[in-house]
Amino acid sequence: MSIWEYANPKKFMETSGRILPWAAALSALTLVPGLVWGFFLTPDADRFGSTVKIIYIHVPSAFVAINAWAMMLVASLIWLIRRHHVSALAARAAAPVGMVMTLIALFTGAIWGEPMWGTWWAWDPRLTSFLILFLFYLGYIALWAAIENPDAAADLTSVLCLVGSVFAFLSRYAVYFWAQGLHQGASLSVDRAQHVADVYAWPLWLSIAGFVLLFLTLVLVRTRTEIRARRLSALVARERME
Amino acid sequence: MPDLGKYEATVLSAWAVALVLLAGLVGLSLWRAARVRRALEAQERKGGGNG
Repeated sequence: MSIWEYANPKKFMETSGRILPWAAALSALTLVPGLVWGFFLTPDADRFGSTVKIIYIHVPSAFVAINAWAMMLVASLIWLIRRHHVSALAARAAAPVGMVMTLIALFTGAIWGEPMWGTWWAWDPRLTSFLILFLFYLGYIALWAAIENPDAAADLTSVLCLVGSVFAFLSRYAVYFWAQGLHQGASLSVDRAQHVADVYAWPLWLSIAGFVLLFLTLVLVRTRTEIRARRLSALVARERME
Repeated sequence: MPDLGKYEATVLSAWAVALVLLAGLVGLSLWRAARVRRALEAQERKGGGNG
């Protein structure tokens, strides 16, 4: 069986309907224990005190914010190359989820930065590229809403997604490109000197898994909604013509 | 509730913002899903659901 069969809306609805309860249950079973473990059961850090508990929401949300755009990029390319409507609708469905994750990362970073860096905001390479990524999310969502023809909207938003990918890439790797700015390196790294201690790493991995599964669940829910909304529009249009 | 010391307001406000935004995202997604599903079902009943 070819993977492209899932580009058929009917097949996608059948398959996603079967996956959805499992994805939702798995996201709850990873997210809730990850967050509870991180908040209630981890010690304060030497340098950061209890603010270390913010990493369990900041790092997973930033991870999903960047990778949501990567998923939108793949879906947009599939739309541009193969013209599968489900892929365009999946990209549209993922955008608000990615946008909220970006907002969470920005807010929690600012709240953490005030006592640690002495400022809510700095024009640091990673922070700035993340803010631009957030603006791209807003622009992407607004563009979908502004264009009535769904195929034209999918074309233009896909091009916008390609352009915005530069900033998604920058927000991931900015700390490596520029050896400047306030933002520290990756919390989870193969470099043991940079990697957080295991006592923080395990609940952090669990929280990241929870955020990723929540993203998957929400994208499935929202893509199914977009497919239904598209069918509803078609039925309403047909009724008006009769 | 763990003792958050002098950073209590910082930690709690960060978590509150994140949880409110997550709850809003999940709530809005489910609300719109239910609304569109009901509207589609009503339209299909009205038009016989052919096509």
